[in-house]
Amino acid sequence: MGPTTPQGAHNLEVVPLRHYGRWLGVLGAVIAVAMVVHTVFSKIPSMTGQTVCRVVNGAKVCHPVMVWRFSWDVVGQFFLSREILNGLWLTLQLTAISMLVGIAIGVIVAIMRLSPNRVLSGTAWVYTWFFRGTPVIAQLAFWFNIHLIFPQLSIGIPFLPVTFLHIDTNSLFTPFLAALVGLALNEGAYMSEIVRSGLISVDEGQIEAATSIGMTRSQTLRLVILPQAMRVTIPPTGNEVISMLKTSSIASTVSVLELFGVQGLISGANYEIVPLLITASLWYIVVTTVLSIGQFYLERYFARGSLRNQPLTPIQRLRRDLGGIASKMRTPRPVMT
Amino acid sequence: MSAMVEARGVTKAYGAVTVLKGVDLTVRAGEVTCLIGPSGSGKSTFLRCINHLEQHDAGELRVDGQLVGYEQRGDKLYERSLKQICGQRANIGMVFQRFNLFQHLTVLDNITIGQVKVRGTSEDKAVQRARELLHRVGLDAKEKNYPSQLSGGQQQRVAIARALAMDPKLMLFDEPTSALDPELVGEVLDVMRDLARSGMTMIVVTHEIGFAREVANSVYFLDQGVIEESGEPNQVLANPRSERLRSFLSKVL
Repeated sequence: MGPTTPQGAHNLEVVPLRHYGRWLGVLGAVIAVAMVVHTVFSKIPSMTGQTVCRVVNGAKVCHPVMVWRFSWDVVGQFFLSREILNGLWLTLQLTAISMLVGIAIGVIVAIMRLSPNRVLSGTAWVYTWFFRGTPVIAQLAFWFNIHLIFPQLSIGIPFLPVTFLHIDTNSLFTPFLAALVGLALNEGAYMSEIVRSGLISVDEGQIEAATSIGMTRSQTLRLVILPQAMRVTIPPTGNEVISMLKTSSIASTVSVLELFGVQGLISGANYEIVPLLITASLWYIVVTTVLSIGQFYLERYFARGSLRNQPLTPIQRLRRDLGGIASKMRTPRPVMT
Repeated sequence: MSAMVEARGVTKAYGAVTVLKGVDLTVRAGEVTCLIGPSGSGKSTFLRCINHLEQHDAGELRVDGQLVGYEQRGDKLYERSLKQICGQRANIGMVFQRFNLFQHLTVLDNITIGQVKVRGTSEDKAVQRARELLHRVGLDAKEKNYPSQLSGGQQQRVAIARALAMDPKLMLFDEPTSALDPELVGEVLDVMRDLARSGMTMIVVTHEIGFAREVANSVYFLDQGVIEESGEPNQVLANPRSERLRSFLSKVL
């Protein structure tokens, strides 16, 4: 917003700078958006070649049947169907559980990585190296086929022929669990790097201060370092959650019927490939939107203390902008007096 | 009076660089001791050895009669457990050059967290004590603020209150006014002066020669890891014997 009151020694009128180039850009953007919207909601003649005929003034007039280019009617038909919703529920479960386990693993591995003990930091390094170094899709396939390597799982004393409990691997590792384990372990590796960057971003003086009032290492970590690391950790973690939402679709390769698997199953039967892809994608976008809103408020919460002024929420910003426009309309333009 | 801090031949090296080359120092309970010296002379390192933030390599360092970080049984020194070391540290307050207030906590929480989590004081008592201390450092109205909303001088006064909340037997100040704008130095020195008058045992690493002259019972001049000169402030500061101290004083005064 430019100045709204006359400035300078002689109360001269203020002429705001005209951004001609910017206006041109705005025009281009508006045209591009309008074109996209128009195409997305346009109709085309049905590919089946069907026609409808009417009698006008005694003559028979035929038109091809017009259908949505993006088959919105079919999308609408499946969007809230039981199968798709069940798939969505499974996707949300996979995302939530593998992220929670991944974050827990990430915190532990990050702390191990920063340990002065070489064995602990080395183990953590190897973990990250291995799970970041192999494709998730391969890891999931590996857990799905784990019974080929370990037909039986047993609990006993390591390196001794003493066992207490035998489980058939195949019955324990359902496709869902295989997907969950694969996603969580992989996520743990990425989260450990995110948490580590958060931990090392905390000023060393904070650790010294905590130490100087007699806090133990674990108290310092829990009460001083981790809460402050959160501020740096949350934006990339939010990114990971959103990424996981979509990465979980890989579970469909190990026959888990989550959102993506379900849409493939349905379109395999009815050949409505594009509408079902759109249906699934719409749901991914809806959930991503909700998660982004959550992330914004979480970031705001953990930024307390580090910023003098909290950033405005979108609603506050909207109110401010509207108020700004309203007051601009009410105030007459400054004129020379 | 008994010695609160007793250092005999304290040595500390970082790799090939020897920072402390046998420091001897005695601070009696209730006394204020100022450590002065050029930067890199080892003042801060020595201060940090006293509460075991740094481990000294050789020599004897006692606080309130107890060896710092070790326990003597017969002719062997046993390293103390981390828990014991934390217990020793809790009795020694420390104020840092860069304040180091916990950025994610309000002023009040900064002062109560040690009492509650380390001492096990009840929340109510801790808050009450914190308010007393805030009053003492003249910051009653700021308890709900976050450190980033305070000036440097105010932050340092909160940091002093945080240290005092642990009821320390000894307070260490590591250049407490060096990071402050000149007009804010006074308010922090006032609080420290007040603290000294109340009988707190203090070791202050400082460049404020005026403060040292006025408040200190004794002044130690540390240069290149050695105590070059020590004694009463009017003697050491007014009539320096060594050439080094003379040239140092001419630079800082």
